[in-house]
Amino acid sequence: MSAFRPSSFCLFHDLDSAVQSPPNFAFHSYCKSSYRAAGLAIIRRMTTLDASLPAPPADKRLPGDLAIWVFILAEMLAFAVFFAAYAFARAHDPALFNEYQQTLDRNAGALNTLLLVTGSWFVVRAVQAAHRDAGPAVARNILLGFLCGGGFLVVKVFEYAAKFGAGISLSTNTFYMFYISLTFFHFMHVILGMVILVVLWLQARKGAYTSANAHGLESGAAYWHMVDLLWIILFPLVYVMR
Amino acid sequence: MNALHNPAHRAWLILLIATGITWYLGEVGAAGTGAIVAMLAIAFVKGRLVILDFMELRGAPLMWRLLLEGWLILVGSLILLAYWMSLK
Repeated sequence: MSAFRPSSFCLFHDLDSAVQSPPNFAFHSYCKSSYRAAGLAIIRRMTTLDASLPAPPADKRLPGDLAIWVFILAEMLAFAVFFAAYAFARAHDPALFNEYQQTLDRNAGALNTLLLVTGSWFVVRAVQAAHRDAGPAVARNILLGFLCGGGFLVVKVFEYAAKFGAGISLSTNTFYMFYISLTFFHFMHVILGMVILVVLWLQARKGAYTSANAHGLESGAAYWHMVDLLWIILFPLVYVMR
Repeated sequence: MNALHNPAHRAWLILLIATGITWYLGEVGAAGTGAIVAMLAIAFVKGRLVILDFMELRGAPLMWRLLLEGWLILVGSLILLAYWMSLK
């Protein structure tokens, strides 16, 4: 985000000067000067004179890289469409959805919520440990977060085994089509999140994350929290709400 | 009690309790408008804690808070609308 600050600073600066100009010149000079400001901002960035500009306030900071947040938003949008599709499909046949929802293992779903929430908690503790340069605690908490993810997968595999063992498949009915595809789509995201945690863990063991640079850790952590956030909607929606 | 000064610890504790409440509502077979609104409200509180205290967006630029919290409101509203339609 800091990339945008120098130009916005310049624009506001020029807006002030435009307001102070005579009225007939105001708009014209504002347009000209804002182009000039944008150009100057680019030149400043290219010549790395940013340091001479006022630093953005330390409390307004997006953790991790901008790219991971764009990716997270795209993923969340895909899940939003999926959640809405489930809810509106249910509106066409609430009786069917209510009947087959009863066959789901709510205890397993709730246990998995606890596992993901706790996994997320360990990973935020890893980020906090990096910020206070508590080296070994970073890797340890990432590993604990990974184990919670592993627990989630084990519970889910047992749940799927029970359903598939009973002869249930995607084509059994609309409810099971949504249940299997929605939870499996999420399942894949848990696996990707765990792959990311392995990469973070290997880096953390080398002492890569410190108070000076925890960007990579923050980016991976944000993805892991997204996996948690999605399940927080998915669990009540598919397992409980009727 | 000192541990609860850390927002992440506080969020984790609330998330555990909230998950327990949703599970309990399922156990007692809560259904209908009241149950749906209660579960969506719990999911909103939980999602917001994850966004603000786990993703640590409490101190992020306003745009990012609005995008993530707006997603929660959007998803919750769509679900509410669909369930309201199913009750008619």
